[in-house]
Amino acid sequence: MSGFAALVARDLRLVWRRPGDVAVVLAFFVVATTLFPLGIGPEANVLARIAAGVLWCAALFAALLSLDRLFAADFEDGTLDLLLLAPWPLELAALAKCGAHWIVTGLPLALLAPFLGVAFGLEPRALLALAATLLVGTPTLSLIGGLAAALTLGARKSGALLALLALPLCVPTLIFGAGAVEALATGGDFGAHLAVLAALALVALATTPWAIAAALRQAGE
Amino acid sequence: MASSLLEVADLACRRGGRKVFERLSFSVGPGELLALVGRNGSGKTTLLRALALLVRPEAGSIHWQGNDARAEPEAWRGRLAWLGHLEGLKGDLTVAENLLAAERLRGAPPAEDRLDSALVAFDLPSLAARPVRTLSAGQRRRTALARVVLAQAPLWLLDEPLNALDVPAQSAFRAALQKHLAAGGLAIAATHADLGIGGSRTLELA
Repeated sequence: MSGFAALVARDLRLVWRRPGDVAVVLAFFVVATTLFPLGIGPEANVLARIAAGVLWCAALFAALLSLDRLFAADFEDGTLDLLLLAPWPLELAALAKCGAHWIVTGLPLALLAPFLGVAFGLEPRALLALAATLLVGTPTLSLIGGLAAALTLGARKSGALLALLALPLCVPTLIFGAGAVEALATGGDFGAHLAVLAALALVALATTPWAIAAALRQAGE
Repeated sequence: MASSLLEVADLACRRGGRKVFERLSFSVGPGELLALVGRNGSGKTTLLRALALLVRPEAGSIHWQGNDARAEPEAWRGRLAWLGHLEGLKGDLTVAENLLAAERLRGAPPAEDRLDSALVAFDLPSLAARPVRTLSAGQRRRTALARVVLAQAPLWLLDEPLNALDVPAQSAFRAALQKHLAAGGLAIAATHADLGIGGSRTLELA
């Protein structure tokens, strides 16, 4: 377990040394979402209706933006070999990498989203719901994105390939994430949506580390 | 030879459909250095990666004290210290941070008290607080070698350890390797240059 914590700490320290990488992701999220009110116009009920979907899509794209370096940096400098050689399961290392990614992207995106939701005229209850769905849903994006990043390791144009692989797999999370906020507004069952979102996250947690580890071993050959 | 710790039998590896080597057998005992020599592309790196289980061999076995390394990969990996042709250092971390992070990633207890002697062995104390991206190729290589020493692993797998090292650094490496061998450690090194260790054996790959 100490290796797991060490890997999370190392990755967070690396991000801390280069805060620009995270800043770009968050800035993209802010700019991309604020384009919608500008493009669609100030019709409050239209904006409030599309807000959750727009914010969820933008969060998904923002998370993907940072994923292509998740394993590529370790691959290029040889530290991936050290992870492959560590005397503890590579599945845990995969989980640690995705966890560190979530802490520096998913978590800030979820905390930032309510403030952007204000620009869409969402009511306070919906803002909180939006943050909650992103908190529960973004770990899935980090895990699925991590799998896509591991599978495209060493490929040319890996960024585009990564998005093509990850986006379809993220569709269920997107549907239930945006759907939960919508359910709250239309009197539907918000809790049920959130529970499905959590279930998706648990499925990803239980499956992707093994797939990521297999992909990394393949890349190490 | 006395009892051998590492026994490799009939190892064969294939890369991209091409046989790199086959029916390779050797053993290494405590305090022994095995130098791998051969032309470029003869499979020295592949053999090292196969021994580290980074590359899956097509056939053959690797035994440590009679136990199959592939049956207990995590225990096996814990016995290895690895120096690849990539240094495995993070440019944004300092020399000291890189070494300590690498030790912690091996799941080892905190290495702060052992760090100084590893730094001194490769004349690195003055560079300890410098980010690795500001170092020269030789300084990075020295840092990577300090990581190998710090790991305190019984078997060193080294790919061209003398690469980019100047003369004082080469003798520092020899001293570290001799100390490791004298303590009963094992080392397998792919090399073009003579490592200058008396009594070492050579395995030529064709």
